[in-house]
Amino acid sequence: MALKIEQDHNRFRQIVRGKIKANLKKYISHEELIGRKGKDLISIPIPQIDIPTFRFAPRSQGGVGQGDGDSGTPIAVDEDEGSGEAGNLPGEHLLEVDITLEELAQILGEELELPKIEPKGHQKIQTEKDKYAAIHRSGPESLRHFKRTYKEALKRQITSGAYSLKNPLILPIREDKRYLSWKTKPTPECNGLIVYMMDVSGSMGDEQKEIVRIETFWIDTWLRSQYKGLVTRYIVHDATAKEVNEEMFYHIRESGGTMISSAYHFFNKMIDEEYDLGQWNIYGFHFSDGDNWSGGDTDKCISLLQKELLPKVNLFCYGQVESTYGSGEFIRELEDELDSAENLITSKIESKDDIYNSIKQFLGKGK
Amino acid sequence: MNLPPELKRIQEEIEGYARDYGLDFCETIFEILDFKQLNEVASFMGFPNRFPHWRFGMEYERLSKSYAYGLHKIYEMVINNDPCYAYLLQCNNYVDQKIVMAHVYGHGDFFKNNFWFSKTNRKMMDEMANHATKVRKYIDKYGYNEVEEFIDICLSIDDLIDRHAPFIERRGRKVASDLLDPEAEQTVKKIKSKDYMEEFINPPDFMELQQRKIEEDKLKKRGYPEAPEKDVVLFLIENAPLENWQREILELIREESYYFAPQGQTKIMNEGWATYWHSKIMTQRALRDSELIDYADHHSGTVATQPTRINPYKLGLELFKDIEDRWNRGKFGKEYEECDNIETKKSWDKDLGLGREKIFEVRKIYNDVTFIDTFMTEEFCEEQKLFVYKYSPEQEAYVISDRDFRKVKQQLLFSLTNFGQPFIFVKESNYENRGELYLYHRHEGIDLKVDYGKETLRNIQTIWTRPVYLETVVEGRGKIFKFDGEKHSERNL
Repeated sequence: MALKIEQDHNRFRQIVRGKIKANLKKYISHEELIGRKGKDLISIPIPQIDIPTFRFAPRSQGGVGQGDGDSGTPIAVDEDEGSGEAGNLPGEHLLEVDITLEELAQILGEELELPKIEPKGHQKIQTEKDKYAAIHRSGPESLRHFKRTYKEALKRQITSGAYSLKNPLILPIREDKRYLSWKTKPTPECNGLIVYMMDVSGSMGDEQKEIVRIETFWIDTWLRSQYKGLVTRYIVHDATAKEVNEEMFYHIRESGGTMISSAYHFFNKMIDEEYDLGQWNIYGFHFSDGDNWSGGDTDKCISLLQKELLPKVNLFCYGQVESTYGSGEFIRELEDELDSAENLITSKIESKDDIYNSIKQFLGKGK
Repeated sequence: MNLPPELKRIQEEIEGYARDYGLDFCETIFEILDFKQLNEVASFMGFPNRFPHWRFGMEYERLSKSYAYGLHKIYEMVINNDPCYAYLLQCNNYVDQKIVMAHVYGHGDFFKNNFWFSKTNRKMMDEMANHATKVRKYIDKYGYNEVEEFIDICLSIDDLIDRHAPFIERRGRKVASDLLDPEAEQTVKKIKSKDYMEEFINPPDFMELQQRKIEEDKLKKRGYPEAPEKDVVLFLIENAPLENWQREILELIREESYYFAPQGQTKIMNEGWATYWHSKIMTQRALRDSELIDYADHHSGTVATQPTRINPYKLGLELFKDIEDRWNRGKFGKEYEECDNIETKKSWDKDLGLGREKIFEVRKIYNDVTFIDTFMTEEFCEEQKLFVYKYSPEQEAYVISDRDFRKVKQQLLFSLTNFGQPFIFVKESNYENRGELYLYHRHEGIDLKVDYGKETLRNIQTIWTRPVYLETVVEGRGKIFKFDGEKHSERNL
């Protein structure tokens, strides 16, 4: 049954959305959110939404309690201290709100002004599907939900005492009737493949990996909202490349040199062997500190991109993170050599604060 | 949903017991709700119809979540209205429903008989629904955001009322026509004239003089309150340049505030009284053998104590029981007070049997402040293990600071005075002769939360439109905060 509170509740959710949107930049550069991800929901701490009033400062107040203990016995820690920030301002209480990943992606899209992705080729066709998923109290008789209606009538008769075991006659009245209702949902008939590649050579430290982790989380969130059947695969490389699972992708640490071509080669082979180009929208994201082994390998990468990868994929993104050893040359060379390529995007991510802009650069074209 | 037959039977049984004990209440209508509906009603503070506002939605989110996580469960809600409405949670078992019903009759008796409720509107169910209709009407006319923004402001100051006002006839309420009628005398009336005579009939110098006078009058009209005005909301309703719909909304929110005020003033007594009676009715009459464990479990949950907070159910119950015992045994009056033999005092028993009569009298004429002040004794304080706690910066925690009876009582009374809210008055409304509003916080040892205070000041400024001041004390120094419509400023006194 529809509740009256729903209007107020929706309005509150709307305000919450506004808060999230306003603070999105902050959320994006913090890893915290990723840890809060559930299956469909993500729990976001936002500053308490409150109506100000004249009230007493909590700490100077004290109070009366009840129980055992001598003078000086601590009875509660100060919750206000939670934020751990210095200063004389009291920490703000946080409000935890759950929103769906889909909603989060929508907010991300609105705030970053990300265009809707246009799937390539003939796969633009969308099918509209009517889904009978809701139950309403009114509707045409042809859509009457027999079981629900019966249940309601049964419930009513039992509670009102009109039901008898000997003569179990159930007569639904108008209030008992329940009807099926539908929603038309356009579903894009296309498939997406995302391949994340990361350089895990000795020079990529924890901080760099964290940046990659945060950025891929947001990219993933966005792309998932755009494609129905999204497949995600992970490749790591130092001097050689291999496929790993998600867990490994973020935690693996290899040492050794860097040969970026190994990853590109691996990616190319993966596409050729497993994916039909007509059916799949393919995205490649590669993160590295750009410190490639040799100029020769870089040339190899460029030619691989030019001849093989770029014609096959919707988008190839290269993100160069700043490592403690400084930043490599790879990004500059890509930009110089493949300047005209439309579906190659490069981005320099020097710190967590750049993630926001980097996502915008990568996804801003709507490829 | 109406009560199913079995619950109906239980209700009649419990109601019978309650009447046998002498409880006196309005007709009570029980309704069964599922947890969603109960959370809804609870978010609306008991009323099925409230004006639309997101704050109720926020409360709903909080309640639903803590219910889902099993952190809490609302057992009952009861509305001070005639007839009295009470809600039962569908999934509760019969013994829970029995306790709740007995508890509700306790509240019903309290609502009907306690003096502090004597002025509350007993048709509030209808009134709240009317308020909702009114606000919806304004939303249709002026737009959701506009109305919502204004309600945000109203709710920010809705506790700035004078809780004793319903009992005091201080002065006649100004009627609407006395209030600033915004357009009327803004300009000087011209005498009709032909063009060529205009200059002589309405000489420009004179017109200008008159105009200035009117403007000065207008500033003066915002005149002082003769004595500091505690009902800040009323003062704003009467004197701020509000539009009619805004004034109506502020007025209805003020009315709701006054409706809820006595519940805040008698929380300990009201819950104590209801708990006393559910325990009496259950243990002496209604409880069946098979229900004993469930009852004990439920009741112990109701009266459980926490070190950081006073449980009003527990404190009220124990104090009523203590009063009953003292008056049964004659432990009061000059002779008892002056006796200094501890042993004699302890075993004092004049077998007066006045206890029951006394607690009925107490529930009639006291509120929490006078209740604690009059009846809380040193022995009681010790027996209940009450203490004062403070924030200790060294330990970065709240710690027990004292068990001294006088300090406990003082702190407890302080936290109850004025509903635990700071005292704020309107001191001047033509501050520095510029029509600026000067508010005064009567500081009684505890500072205001500054950031909240500033935001509230901003809200009041939106209503008043001219700059607004607040005088208070921060860390021992007199301070004046000001918001002029654009920025905050402050200076030391």
